[in-house]
Amino acid sequence: MSSNPRGRSDSPPGLSPMGSMDTVLDIRRLCIAYETEGKSLPAVRDVSLGIAGRQSYGLVGESGSGKTTLALGAIRYLAENGRITAGEVFFEGRNLLELPAREVRSVRGNRVGMVYQSPSTALNPSIRVGSQVAEVARRHLHMGKAEARERALHMLEQVAMPDPEAVVRRYPHQLSGGMLQRCVIAMALITDPRLLIMDEPTTALDVTTQAVVLDLVAELKSRLDAAILYITHDLAVVARVCDRVGVLYAGEMVEEADLRTLFSRPRHPYTLALLGCIPRYRVDGRRGRLLTIPGRIPHLDELPSGCVFAPRCPLAEEACRASRPPLREIGEGHLSACRRFTAVPTPAAYVEDIESAVDWEAVSLGEERLLEAHDVEQHFPMRGNLFAGKARRKAVRAVDGVTLYVNRGRTLGVVGESGSGKTTLARALIGLEAPTAGRVLFEGEALGGTTARRSRTVLKNIQMVFQDPDASLNPRHPVGEAISRPLYLLRGVRGAELRRKVRELLAAVNLPAAYAERLPGELSGGEKQRVAVARAFAAEPKLVLCDEPLSSLDVSVQGSLMNLLHDLQVEQKTAYFFISHDLAAVQHLSDWIAVMYLGKVVELGDALQVLNPPYHPYTEALLSAVPVPDPGVRQSTIRLEGAVPSPLDVPPGCRFHTRCPRVLGDICRTQEPPWQEGPGSHWLCCHIPCSELEALQGPCLLSVCLEDEGG
Amino acid sequence: MTAPEIRPRRRLLGVYWRRLRRRRAALIGTAVFVVFLVMALAGPWLTPYGYSDQSPDRLEPPGWPHLFGTDQFGRDIFSRVVAGAQGVFFLGGSATILAVLVGTAIGLVSGYYGRFLDEIIMRVLDVFLAIPSLLLALVLLATLGSSNLNLILVITVLYVPVLARVTRSMVLDLKTKEFVEAARIRGERSGYILFREVLPNALAPLLVEASIRFSYAIFLVASLGFLGLGAQPPSPDWGLQVNEARGWFATAPWMLLFPAGAIALLVVSTSLMTDGLRHVLQPKGAER
Repeated sequence: MSSNPRGRSDSPPGLSPMGSMDTVLDIRRLCIAYETEGKSLPAVRDVSLGIAGRQSYGLVGESGSGKTTLALGAIRYLAENGRITAGEVFFEGRNLLELPAREVRSVRGNRVGMVYQSPSTALNPSIRVGSQVAEVARRHLHMGKAEARERALHMLEQVAMPDPEAVVRRYPHQLSGGMLQRCVIAMALITDPRLLIMDEPTTALDVTTQAVVLDLVAELKSRLDAAILYITHDLAVVARVCDRVGVLYAGEMVEEADLRTLFSRPRHPYTLALLGCIPRYRVDGRRGRLLTIPGRIPHLDELPSGCVFAPRCPLAEEACRASRPPLREIGEGHLSACRRFTAVPTPAAYVEDIESAVDWEAVSLGEERLLEAHDVEQHFPMRGNLFAGKARRKAVRAVDGVTLYVNRGRTLGVVGESGSGKTTLARALIGLEAPTAGRVLFEGEALGGTTARRSRTVLKNIQMVFQDPDASLNPRHPVGEAISRPLYLLRGVRGAELRRKVRELLAAVNLPAAYAERLPGELSGGEKQRVAVARAFAAEPKLVLCDEPLSSLDVSVQGSLMNLLHDLQVEQKTAYFFISHDLAAVQHLSDWIAVMYLGKVVELGDALQVLNPPYHPYTEALLSAVPVPDPGVRQSTIRLEGAVPSPLDVPPGCRFHTRCPRVLGDICRTQEPPWQEGPGSHWLCCHIPCSELEALQGPCLLSVCLEDEGG
Repeated sequence: MTAPEIRPRRRLLGVYWRRLRRRRAALIGTAVFVVFLVMALAGPWLTPYGYSDQSPDRLEPPGWPHLFGTDQFGRDIFSRVVAGAQGVFFLGGSATILAVLVGTAIGLVSGYYGRFLDEIIMRVLDVFLAIPSLLLALVLLATLGSSNLNLILVITVLYVPVLARVTRSMVLDLKTKEFVEAARIRGERSGYILFREVLPNALAPLLVEASIRFSYAIFLVASLGFLGLGAQPPSPDWGLQVNEARGWFATAPWMLLFPAGAIALLVVSTSLMTDGLRHVLQPKGAER
């Protein structure tokens, strides 16, 4: 912390050198520490940044990088054990750190708006939405009841809330996630703040909802003259809404640049590595290997003495480990904390480098059907009230007649918004919940409904990796026991052989053998998920169901897990049933894709065909919602309003008609659409003929990004 | 996160101790509890007199050699209070242990197998829960007759429903956890799932609940003793002592104050200890 940044004026970077009058937030060399159990952990070290009005600044970093701490510290809103140890924060020209607490509170209330990650917990479930929004105006703008109500309505209109008059009278549970987040944004904006802090505002939302909220943020940015501090782990989101980006790593700013510069020519190996972790679509169907970052983010009480990134950096030299390199200006408005910034390759060269290392010929695949689902239905009867007649009893139609196949050694990707029945389907296939109708065949043989009615061989052959790594391992069992149980039970391995196999499996998922003794609580999220993968593969299954295995992991960890899944597939010829709401991840891993909506498959086929026109209108909407990690890309803007309808009240006719942007007319509302065959191995379920769909839609939505990448 | 290679269990104890050290009330509670426990275990060796030894010094106020004074028969109250601890710990402790064993078993079965069986078990337990516990204890003891065994059984019957409910709610939560589903997917037997996957994760809250139950049991034993349905004279049971001392309160208040104080102190220290236990085993936010 003693190093003195050379060649840096005191003014925040990215603005005019002398420091613009318009600078709203100016953080200078801020250091924040947390006191825990007698130790002081430096969570943020020597970070400077400046945001002007009308500017949106993206703060990017993985979990534990200190992004939220930095933002909260800047407005002096840290947790009780957090302390600012050095630095200055100027907000509208005043040093917040020198103001009395009372005044800081008033600044926070009136001049700063805050949007949190989860809209459902940011609002009080027992108070009407309108009152909650108006409350802010009454409290901070000292408005009367009627005036505050007017103001709340006005704000809801400002955030493009459909039918605000009706919305103000509703309770939070009656609104969809996107509408809730709009309410939260309205609350943040109601005092007309100069600074808007958004902390992962779309992370808890579905892709389709995320797209709508991101559109709103982008639109607000151009309309308001507030400064926006946008915190996220997702570079693709940054590309959509930010002008300037700072990359945080382990509490230090490692690179800062304008959006386009950062994406086209990153000058810090960490930024480059983050870009490399993101799966990209390739029209030729060749799936590039994802780049990963070896090791993990250092813990705050054992920070390296030199460059924080040096232990994981492929470019690190002796000098990097010896002393901490300062963040310095290396181009116009471009700062990097890398000593060897000139040696950082371009993204294109980097990705190429990684791809050439994969032997794609080794992947030879069969077309034999491994798992078949025929008209699988999963209806959950509502536990009726005692007095309701039986006839009126409804059922939740979570999965409503699904037919699909998984081929040997292949991957079927299953996509859809939450509530589309993906997980329920997986649970029915593996036998956790017996399906209410339909048949499941494995290698041509009909399977029992639940695991209790399936033979050992079948159990051995189908395994599963769950979504939440924290819940999927028993916190009281050491890792070794978790992995050895399937070996013991399903393959009859005993004694010394058992211990040897456990070591092998740990090695296969790139974990040291010593981890066998550890309890899950001592592992990071990514490591837990690796253990879960090892446990699934311990039985040497022919099919592994993966239920959103990536969604709770950091970007860099996601990449390495996808590589791991891919390697294991190549090695063991395992088939995957891969569920995800992340289309980029699905296309990266899948040979076939099934698109699900409200309990039904609406489009199914070869991955390349499904992601090329013609699309089912729902697939098209999903694709256009996926944020692309490239600021140069212009995507079509098809947006779905509202949430997936309740599976209790499935709309008649085509179940997508309530949200479909391409509704033909009454036929969609009354008749269930037929399956039609598209080009290649590709089927979709729509009234609009394929040829017409193709004409309606533009060229491949995702391939746009590939063309741009060439440059 | 990046911990050195140490056996996890020892680390865990260290963590527990560190958490406990910062709770002064819990530490004091635990210390007092331990003092009572020592009394119960080593009673006869600690006291200057036998609990039923009579002496000519009747209704002597606290002082020397009778620390807590004497009663109307010249019995040493200090010795009687210390001797009474044994009964309380034995009766309350065995009833609690029995209730935990039976209640956990019922809760595990009811929660895991669910459906019809669960429905029946829970409704039966509801019946027990609906009757005020002291009333139920009085009725049962009056019909069965009073003895140590009956006392233990009655307290057990009273506490089984509560423990069964606590266990059941834990099981209902745990059985939908993905690690339990993973066990089902690899074809584990119900016994393994219940005792190796579910139960270890329910132990911490169960221990806390058992500790709460123990403090209630002390109170119940004393209440029943006071009402004459527990121990019979000349037993040094605290409740009985309080009852016997009622008539002498005007002339010899110490006869009542010391045993009553012992009851109160043990109950309070047990709940302080419970509080600490809860803090140590289930710190806020650290465990779901």
